[in-house]
Amino acid sequence: MTLLHAAIISPFLLAILIPFLYKNFRNIHTGWFVLILPVVLFGYFLSFIGETVTSTVKWIPSLGINFTAYVDGLGLLFALLITGIGALVVLYSIYYLSKEKEKLNHFYVYLLMFMGAMLGVVLSDNVIVLYTFWEFTSLSSFLLIGYWYHREKSRYGALKSMLITVFGGLAMLGGFVLLYLMSGTFSIRGMIDAVPQMMDNPLFILALVLVLLGAFTKSAQFPFYIWLPDAMEAPTPVSAYLHSATMVKAGIYLVARFSPVFALTPEWFWLVSLFGIVTLFWGSLNAVKQTDLKAILAFSTVSQLGLIMSLLGVGAAALHYDSLDDNYFTIATVAAIFHLINHATFKGSLFMVAGIVDHETGTRDIRKLGGLMSFMPITFTIAVIGAFSMAGLPPFNGFLSKEMFFTGMIHVTKMDIFNADTWGLLFPVLAWIASVFTFLYSMVLVFKTFTGPAQLEKLERKPHEAPIGMLIPPIILASLVVIFGFFPNLLSYTLIEPAVESILTSLLPEGKQFKVHIYFWHGPTPELFMTIGVILIGTLLYLTLGKWRKVYDLFPKKLALNKLYDASINGMERFSNSFTRFYMTGFIRDYLAYIFVFLIVITLGTMAVKGGFAFTLDGTAEIGIYEVVLALAMVLGTVTILFSKSRLTAIIALGSVGYSLALFFVLFRAPDLALTQLVIETVSVALFLLCFYFLPKFKKREKKLSFRLVNFLISLGVGLTVTLVAISANSSRAGETISSYFIENSYKLAGGKNMVNVILVDFRGFDTLFEIAVLCIAALGIYGMVKLRMAKGEEG
Amino acid sequence: MEILMSIVVGILFMAATYLMLSKSLLRIIIGTGLLSHGAHLLILTMGGLKKGAAPLLGEEASSYVDPLPQALILTAIVISFGVTSFSLVMAYRAYQELGSDNMDQLRGNDHNE
Repeated sequence: MTLLHAAIISPFLLAILIPFLYKNFRNIHTGWFVLILPVVLFGYFLSFIGETVTSTVKWIPSLGINFTAYVDGLGLLFALLITGIGALVVLYSIYYLSKEKEKLNHFYVYLLMFMGAMLGVVLSDNVIVLYTFWEFTSLSSFLLIGYWYHREKSRYGALKSMLITVFGGLAMLGGFVLLYLMSGTFSIRGMIDAVPQMMDNPLFILALVLVLLGAFTKSAQFPFYIWLPDAMEAPTPVSAYLHSATMVKAGIYLVARFSPVFALTPEWFWLVSLFGIVTLFWGSLNAVKQTDLKAILAFSTVSQLGLIMSLLGVGAAALHYDSLDDNYFTIATVAAIFHLINHATFKGSLFMVAGIVDHETGTRDIRKLGGLMSFMPITFTIAVIGAFSMAGLPPFNGFLSKEMFFTGMIHVTKMDIFNADTWGLLFPVLAWIASVFTFLYSMVLVFKTFTGPAQLEKLERKPHEAPIGMLIPPIILASLVVIFGFFPNLLSYTLIEPAVESILTSLLPEGKQFKVHIYFWHGPTPELFMTIGVILIGTLLYLTLGKWRKVYDLFPKKLALNKLYDASINGMERFSNSFTRFYMTGFIRDYLAYIFVFLIVITLGTMAVKGGFAFTLDGTAEIGIYEVVLALAMVLGTVTILFSKSRLTAIIALGSVGYSLALFFVLFRAPDLALTQLVIETVSVALFLLCFYFLPKFKKREKKLSFRLVNFLISLGVGLTVTLVAISANSSRAGETISSYFIENSYKLAGGKNMVNVILVDFRGFDTLFEIAVLCIAALGIYGMVKLRMAKGEEG
Repeated sequence: MEILMSIVVGILFMAATYLMLSKSLLRIIIGTGLLSHGAHLLILTMGGLKKGAAPLLGEEASSYVDPLPQALILTAIVISFGVTSFSLVMAYRAYQELGSDNMDQLRGNDHNE
C-alpha cells in the first residue's frame, strides 16, 4: 500500500467517518470536514506533474487482477479535475445545502464515494479494477440523483440513469473480457503492447463496440443522452460536479485511454467521430427549446461532450500519418484535451450560477426570470464569462478550443483515408450549425435571465446577491476561464502535452516530446471567418427567436427518445408480466405437463441424436406362460383404474396391481420382496380406503375422469419413453454384474445365507439405516399433521 | 421376457402419468402409487430376469438370481410406502381443512393479484 493508493481510497475512508462527524458536531457544517480532503489531494496530485508513476498492490494475483495505480498525463489531468472541481463543489455545497433541513451525512458520504470512485477510474491500469470503480460511480451517482428521494421525479431520474449507465457498464465489462482473451492481460498498457497480435482477431471489433457502448452511455452520447437531463433533479452541486465536470467525462476518459488500442481501425474513427458530431448537433438543437436553466445546461453538456468525443475520433486519424510535423490531426486531440479542461471550468461555473439563481429567487424557469442584472451583479458577471466562453467568443478559453475544433473538422475533408473525402464534408457543416445553436442557447441563458424587465411578482422571494461563500467557487472557475483564455500555454506544457502523449503513444518516437503551442490565434484563417459567421447568424437568430420558436418547438417533440425509453420500459414490464401469467397458471396439472413433455423431448431427442436406440433379443430370458398371464392381469388392473367410474374401484384395482407385483416377485424368485410387497400393499390400500371414507359427502363427484386428449398423448409419450429406454438399456449392456461377490461372500464374510438380507444389513447397511430414518420422519410427520391444529383464523 | 416386462412397465408409467395429470387429489396419489410399482418392476427387469435359484445359499443351486436389485427394491418399497402414507394423510387433512379435493380449487389465490 503506497501513498498513491491511500490517496485514491482516502475518500472512501473519510466517508466512513462522515456519519460520526455529522452526529457529534451538529453545529459545524459537515462540509467543512469534507473540504480538507480534496484540497489536500489536489495539492498531492499537483506534485505528479511531469512524472509517470506506476505502483501495484496485489488484490487477486492468481487471476491477474491487481490494484495497479498508473499516473500519466491523461490520468493526472482527470485527477486534478476531480479533486480541484471537487473542492470547489464541496465549498459551494456548504452554502447551498442547509445545515438544519438537509441530511448532510447522506450527501457527503455519497459525494465522497463518488470522488474516490472517479479517482479509481482514472488512475487504474487494471481494467477489472477500473470496471469496479466505474460501477461505483454509477452507484453513487444514482444515490446522489435520488438524494431528495421523496420526490417522484428524483426517483425516476435516478432509476433511468442507473439503468442506462449500468447497461453500458456491463457491455464495457464484456469488452474488457474479450480484450483479456485476446491479449492475455488485464493491464491496459499490456493490451496496448498486444495490439499487433489482436488486430486480426475477429473479436477485436466486437470488443471495440462493447467498450464504446460503455463510454457512450456514461458520457451521454446520442442516443443514450436521455438520462442526463433527468439527472438534473439532483441538488445543483451534484449536477455541477457529476453531470458536467467529472462523471460524464469518464466516457471521454475511456475513449482517450483506449485510443492507443483501437484507434488504428476505421470503425473507431467513424463510430467515435460520427456519434460525437451527431450528439453535438442534437444536443445544441435541443438546448434552445428548454426553459429550465438546468435543462439548458444539461443539453449543452450533452452537446459539448459530443464535441470532445468527435475531436477524439478525428484525432485517431493522426495515427495514419507518420510524421509528427504538419500532422493536422494531432491538433484535434490537443483540442479535445484543451476543451475538456475548458468545459469543466465554464460549465461548472454556469451550474453554480444556475444554483445561485434558483437559491435566491426560488425558480429556474427562464420565463419567470429576467432583469436580475441589477440585483446580482457578481453572478451576472460570472454568467457572462461562462456563457461567452461556452459560445466560443474571444477572449475566453472557449474561443481557443472552438477554433482548434474547427481546424480539426475542416481537415477531415482533406483526409485521404477511410473514404472521408466523400462524407468528410458533413463534419465541418454539422459542427458549424451546432456552433450557431451553441451561441444561441448561451445567449438565451444569460440574457433571458439577467436582462430585460424584472418580473418580481412571479418570484418566490426578493432576489439579492448570494453569500460570498457561494460566490467564491464560481469566481475561481470564471477567473480560470479568463486566465486560460489569455495564457493558454500555462496549460499546454504542464497538462495538455503529457495527456496527448498518453493518447497518441504510438506516434511518438523514442525520447521525443510533443510540443503544443496554442498561440496561433492571430491571422485571418478560415476558422476565424467561421466564428464570425457563427456570431452573425447566431445574433440574427437570437433577435428573431420569438418569431420562429414555435415552428421549432413542434419538431423535436416527435423525435423525443424519452418516449421510446418509457415505452420500452413499460412494454418490457407488460410483456414479462403477461408472459409469466401465461405459463405460471397455478394449476399443478400444467406444471406436471411441462415436466413430462420436457422429459419426453429431452430423453427421446438425445437418444435420437446420439443413436441410442437398440433392440436385441440376445441374452433375454424365455417367456413363460405364468408371466404372460400375470402381465395381462396387471395391465387389466391398470386399465381398470384408468376407466373406473368410482374411486372405490380405482383403489381396489390399485391393490390388484400391487398384488400382481407381489406375484411377479414370487415368479422372479424374490421371496423377501414378495413378503414385503404383500404386507405394504395391504396397509396402503387400507390407508386409501381410510381417506376415501373421510371424503366430504357433498364433494363425492363420482364422475368419470374427464378424458383429455393432451393428457393421453403426454402419458403415452412417457410410457413410450420408459419402454424404449428400458429396451435400449437392456439391449446394450456395458459390463458384468458385481453380484457374484455377494453370492460368494455372504456366508463366508457375513455368516448369512439369505443374500438379500445380508446385503441390507451388512454389505449395504447404511441404506437401511436411512430408510428407517425415512419411516420415522414420515411417522412423526403424520403424527404432527393429525395432532397439531391451527386455531381458527390463525395464520400458518 | 425383458421386452415383455419393459412394455408392462411402460403401460404402468403411462397410466400413472395420466392419473397424475388429473384434477382429483386422490387420483394423483393413486398415480404415484402406480408409478412406484412401475419403477420397482423396472429395477427388477433391468437386473436381468435369467432363471436361477432364489438368492438363498441353502438352495445349493448352481446359479442364483441377482440379489442386489432385490435389496435396492426392498429399500425403495419401504421408502415409497413412507412417502405415500405421508401424502395420503396430508390429502386427508386437506379435505378436512379446505373441504375440497379438486386441484383446480386448491391452486391458491395469489395468482389473481
